[in-house]
Amino acid sequence: MSGGRKRKLRLSKIYSFACCKASFRGDDSQIGGKGYSRVVFCNEPDIFEDGVKNFADNSIRSTKYTLATFFPKSLFEQFRRVANFYFLVTGTLAFTKLAPYTAVSAILPLIIVIGATMVKEGIEDWRRKKQDIEVNNRRVKVHKVDGTFEYTAWKNLRVGNIVKVEKDEFFPADLLLLSSSYEDAVCYVETMNLDGETNLKLKQGLEVTSSLQEDLHFQKFKATVKCEDPNANLYSFVGSMEFEEKNYALSPQQILLRDSKLRNTDYIFGAVIFTGHDTKVIQNSTDPPSKRSRIEKKMDRVIYFLFCILFLMAFVGSIFFGIATKDDFQNGSMKRWYLRPDDSTIFFDPKRPVAAALFHCLTALMLYGFFIPISLYVSIEMVKVLQSIFINQDIQMYYKEADKPARARTSNLNEELGQVDTILSDKTGTLTCNSMEFIKCSIAGVGYGRGATEVEKAMGRRKGSPPIHEHDIESEAGKIRGSLDKKTLIKGFNFDDERIRNGQWVNQPHADVIQKFFRLLAICHTAIPEMNEETGNVSYEAESPDEAAFLIAARELGFEFYKRGQTSLSTFELDPVSSNKVERKYKLLNVLEFNSSRKRMSVIVENEEGKILLLCKGADSIMFERLAKNGREFEEKTKEHVHEYADAGLRTLILAYRELDAEEYKEFDNKFSKARNLVSADQERLMEELSDKIEKNLILLGATAVEDKLQDGVPDCIDKLAQAGIKIWVLTGDKMETAINIGFACSLLRQGMKQIIIHLDSPEIQALEKDGDKMAIAKASRQSVLLQISEGVAQLASYRGSSQKAFALIIDGKSLVYALEDNMKNMFLELGIRCASVICCRSSPKQKALVTRLVKSGTGKTTLAIGDGANDVGMLQEADIGVGISGVEGMQAVMSSDIAIAQFRYLERLLLVHGHWCYRRISSMICYFFYKNITFGFTLFLYEVYASFSGQPAYNDWFLSLYNVFFSSLPVVALGVFDQDVSARYCLKFPLLYQEGVQNVLFSWRRILSWMLNGFISALIIFFFCTKAMELQAFDAEGRTAGKDILGATMYTCVVWVVNLQMALAISYFTLIQHFFIWGSIFFWYLFLLVYGAMPPHFSTNAYKVFIEALAPSPSYWLVTFFVVISTLIPYFSYAAIQMRFFPMYHEIVQWIRYEGKIKDPEFCDMVRQRSLRPTTVGSTARLAAKAHH
Amino acid sequence: MSEEPSSTSVSVADGQSKSAKKPKYSRFSQQELDAWQPILTPSWAISIFTVIGLIFIPVGLTSLFASDSVMEVPFRYDDECLPPNSKNDPVAYIKDDTQNKTCNKKLTVKTKMTAPVYVYYQLDNFYQNHRRYVKSRDDRQLRRKGSDNDVSTCSPEDYTPKELGHNPIVPCGLIAWSMFNDTYKLSSKNKELAINKKNIAWKSDRDAKFGSDVYPKNFQVGGLIGGARLNESIPLSEQEDLIVWMRTAALPTFKKLYGKIETDIEDNEEIMLVIENNYNTYEFGARKSLVLSTTTWVGGRNHFLGMAYMLVGGISLVLAVGFLLMYVMHPRPLGDPSYLSWNKNPGILR
Repeated sequence: MSGGRKRKLRLSKIYSFACCKASFRGDDSQIGGKGYSRVVFCNEPDIFEDGVKNFADNSIRSTKYTLATFFPKSLFEQFRRVANFYFLVTGTLAFTKLAPYTAVSAILPLIIVIGATMVKEGIEDWRRKKQDIEVNNRRVKVHKVDGTFEYTAWKNLRVGNIVKVEKDEFFPADLLLLSSSYEDAVCYVETMNLDGETNLKLKQGLEVTSSLQEDLHFQKFKATVKCEDPNANLYSFVGSMEFEEKNYALSPQQILLRDSKLRNTDYIFGAVIFTGHDTKVIQNSTDPPSKRSRIEKKMDRVIYFLFCILFLMAFVGSIFFGIATKDDFQNGSMKRWYLRPDDSTIFFDPKRPVAAALFHCLTALMLYGFFIPISLYVSIEMVKVLQSIFINQDIQMYYKEADKPARARTSNLNEELGQVDTILSDKTGTLTCNSMEFIKCSIAGVGYGRGATEVEKAMGRRKGSPPIHEHDIESEAGKIRGSLDKKTLIKGFNFDDERIRNGQWVNQPHADVIQKFFRLLAICHTAIPEMNEETGNVSYEAESPDEAAFLIAARELGFEFYKRGQTSLSTFELDPVSSNKVERKYKLLNVLEFNSSRKRMSVIVENEEGKILLLCKGADSIMFERLAKNGREFEEKTKEHVHEYADAGLRTLILAYRELDAEEYKEFDNKFSKARNLVSADQERLMEELSDKIEKNLILLGATAVEDKLQDGVPDCIDKLAQAGIKIWVLTGDKMETAINIGFACSLLRQGMKQIIIHLDSPEIQALEKDGDKMAIAKASRQSVLLQISEGVAQLASYRGSSQKAFALIIDGKSLVYALEDNMKNMFLELGIRCASVICCRSSPKQKALVTRLVKSGTGKTTLAIGDGANDVGMLQEADIGVGISGVEGMQAVMSSDIAIAQFRYLERLLLVHGHWCYRRISSMICYFFYKNITFGFTLFLYEVYASFSGQPAYNDWFLSLYNVFFSSLPVVALGVFDQDVSARYCLKFPLLYQEGVQNVLFSWRRILSWMLNGFISALIIFFFCTKAMELQAFDAEGRTAGKDILGATMYTCVVWVVNLQMALAISYFTLIQHFFIWGSIFFWYLFLLVYGAMPPHFSTNAYKVFIEALAPSPSYWLVTFFVVISTLIPYFSYAAIQMRFFPMYHEIVQWIRYEGKIKDPEFCDMVRQRSLRPTTVGSTARLAAKAHH
Repeated sequence: MSEEPSSTSVSVADGQSKSAKKPKYSRFSQQELDAWQPILTPSWAISIFTVIGLIFIPVGLTSLFASDSVMEVPFRYDDECLPPNSKNDPVAYIKDDTQNKTCNKKLTVKTKMTAPVYVYYQLDNFYQNHRRYVKSRDDRQLRRKGSDNDVSTCSPEDYTPKELGHNPIVPCGLIAWSMFNDTYKLSSKNKELAINKKNIAWKSDRDAKFGSDVYPKNFQVGGLIGGARLNESIPLSEQEDLIVWMRTAALPTFKKLYGKIETDIEDNEEIMLVIENNYNTYEFGARKSLVLSTTTWVGGRNHFLGMAYMLVGGISLVLAVGFLLMYVMHPRPLGDPSYLSWNKNPGILR
């Protein structure tokens, strides 16, 4: 039904501005030149001409690798890491005589490690591949022959194909719009995936093709399109179409881009112009910047540091080795004759000690390579993947309404989540829901609407009214009413006033004004009604959510817009006299569209009585000056109300109208039509001028107020984040007033906070702007901003003494332009950092990104950007972590984010719980990795001292190589995945715990070096105690002494025990998993020793039966192990006991609280919280504190 | 916010269709597994230290007593066995094959040694763990008959010199070549103390590493002569001296089993030593000793382990007491946050 109605519409009529642009924009002069060489033969896909064959097909590939390139490419990626490269070099060298161990044992762990990483890469790529396959196999109708359309997969589309796309389908490629279900070939397109804008865009095909509305019309259709080559510019298109031997210019207006969606239109026909990777979307997609976490960067530095130690050790060893070697053979006499120095290879040649030392240095580098944890990278990657699975699985970050769990899109940044210092947040859609609710209005100077906005509620709280206060009773009552209403809750409508609802408005003093007011809301728009055929309800497809809210409000209050005809609008209205619903029809004469410079829109209609009316709605700043002298009756009151509404965080519009007499309209219409059909660059300006002339002398009706609702839990979440010491900057495109109000609503601002507002609305600058001298404006603005910033800094300085005074910085987009200039930005940043909260209003996407970069590079701290729209993409990519809100505004932000959550409030759990845990896990894990490898590696070095630095390892080759893989890594991985210092509940209860990450106390150089030192100490104790205990005497009652095999195995046993027990000591969270891995690793060592020892002696060499024959039966082996293990752990244990009791870190304090059961003692908890808090400056807690203080 | 509702009940009750992506609840996936979360309280610390002390001291005492019951009589002879006129140039003496290397010495055993008395030789400053040395052997050749040519790792002791036919040496390599070749004869009261050389090597070595059908070949026949010669008619698996020697020592000072005397040696018994001082340690300035020793269940005589056990046990007890005192004398209000780094210098945060 609705389709039939629409078919007759010529919607282009509504859009006076947009639709006519097409005629002069097309610039076909360049066609055929360089960059404009594409020729497409429409409907002749099989034609074989040069060029046609070269067009890409329509399949896309987003995978990193193909089957052929997977190995070389991913291997290359792997060996770009210094450590892996080092191990590759040593692995290769292991095949030479230089190697201190057998080559296989050296290369195997590398293969395991690299293999694991490659498998992970492979799996990830396979997932992308599956996505590609899904997209490539979507189906679309394509013209085959003789006017028949058949379904085919997207990937089979060829350039030149004619496709038929139906309602709510995506366009499979970049198409040339030929015709649509509407007669004038217009269609609506949703470009959410491209730019994140939710409003619908209008596209219109050329008139010559608009009649091709049936499948059969395409039987003989032929056209040739010449156009630009593939490029990334979404908003331009240059081309021409040759059709029936005539040339027609094409413009972006005829181009439908891949990945946008057909809306409100039953079908369109289009010719494929660009396919696959030639399409503008894919040309546009850039690889997201690869981000690495701070910890990993620091880890690289630690690894370099370890390399330094490694080189130093190898160097020192080589010198000693060189001297000893040279000494062996002098003047023809040998010293250590048993080494045959007279007949030596280059590696041990006393005649060439320098060469020998150099070669030895390589050997030593290989041997001491155990300093560098080979499995660290792969373990970290595994751990991070598992951690992000936990994040994805968190049921408390699952948003039921939208069926969206949290999604960590990259696992690289998990631990970075625990270190966020500053959050830069978008406002609309992030802090707020981006759903508009009509909540208040002012008609004829009377304010209507009883609902309290979030902001008002927050302000009510802010005013500090104790519970029993009339204010609250009112809002309580409101709440009850609100909850009753929820049964019939209508999206976009939260208006409640018994004076107006249910037709009561007729009894109000200015009933006629009220009628006009709602009539205006019902008529003055560009929305399209959609009738639900089952229920008879009408819903609206509007360009902006505000407009939809107006229509819904009008409908609910008795002015139901239900039908848009070609030149008419039909409504059901409540007739004040008969109080019946009557149908009224308005003849639509003109639409003067909204744009950002006009800040208003109007329609001109003729009503049933033949009166011509101009209905106008617009921003307050431009509307009041357009009122007629006799239309200002309610101006004062309305202004007051508008101010009030803005204060309550509402978006306001002023409504006004005017009656036109027929003459006046005729004159306007003539001129306007002429201007419309004018083909020149002036056209737009001319039309604006004409509109400007007619939109004057208006009569004020009133104002509307629409609430941009705060998301659930936002104020609480912000409070928690503030308590955790995280700074929050709000970057919004909104007006300053709105932004400030939202700031109040979410407790970023409060009374008693000193606001430093930087703006350029001073009279001098406005005066300059009128003159239009750009240089002068810029100069004056720059000076003004500089002055304001330095004043702000001075203010801050004067209050420095009293910590109770908090400041807020609010800056608008215009000033931001200058504040971000090189010479000023540091000052601006300093001011921003020292203010408790910062709000940047009216900022462009680019400014958002620039501010983010400034904060990131200026403070050197971790920044997190959170946003939901395409305008936040820059900011998300610039910040250390980009969090996308997977809400309504398309997927652009999510696609470029690192982590996607459904609601702002989940940020609390994401940061305070997962962030804290991940940070702690990864940093402990890395420290521990260093510890265990130093413990192991340093025993090797110590042994060298007693082996003449010859490069002979103390342990069997396979002991060496499996150390990192089997005997010590798994407990660390378990630590990295499962460890918790305190449970989630305590993380949230003591938000300050988060500062451990921000201040990086768990991965400070001090901590890293302490762990390393612990490693050195452990190695020393293990080595000296073992050798001293076993050196000379008989090893067992049989009188046999301990050789290298026995000493090596004993020392190795001690190392395995020590590193695993050290782990058990260091963690305070044992689940079965921890137990399994720690004790399992130790057990596995004995098992390995048994199995390996049972293998043939040429394989097991000196480990052959060593355990079963020598070690196990001998009491001294067990005595030594027991003694060495316990003694090695005593230093750390003593340290830990003292530190835990006398110098506990914050998480340890919390552990104490939990342990002693003080958690049930609220006063005590508060004491811990309060006394350890640096004064929090924003958030509701701070507000309470500030109140108590005054 | 602090009290989160348990999410289980909520999840089950709701409609399934709309929440297809809802994560499944399990204690594991929500990281709420039961865990033992001990913290290092004073009582833990004190009791652990006490327990360590209480275990270590008796263990230390026991092993100290055991080790002390072992009788050990070392006798250093590298210097003493040099003829007086060779003292200045021991290397020339030891290299001179014509010189008589036999050396007769007397050794008094002060305390009674019960059989078996183990005879060791001890070398120091001898790097059996040098990489060139350790690798210079071929396990295959030692074990398997017919693998004579497996000498790739044995250079330079792989083949006999060209003029002697370039034949593979069995056993090849530096270790075998440099085998210790001093011999000892002990007698007491004109009665020889027989030194039994059977079963002085590990059984696994004899069984699996040295072949019973592999016989020495071309060993020490030409070029530079290293150490001992081997009887070519005895298979390697029975050449226990060689087997012991080839299980290389871990450290440059080492003792190796020479044999065992299966009779008791009474206290103040005077033992006559006849030492063939063949082995050249003079070139690298190493000492040589003959050691007689008994053993016990902890092995030979070494007080280190027992002492160290007692020392560490003692330290633990001291620490336990120290901690106790510390906790008693300085009770500290818990949750005192003044130690937190960010409270020490709040400037960073402002």
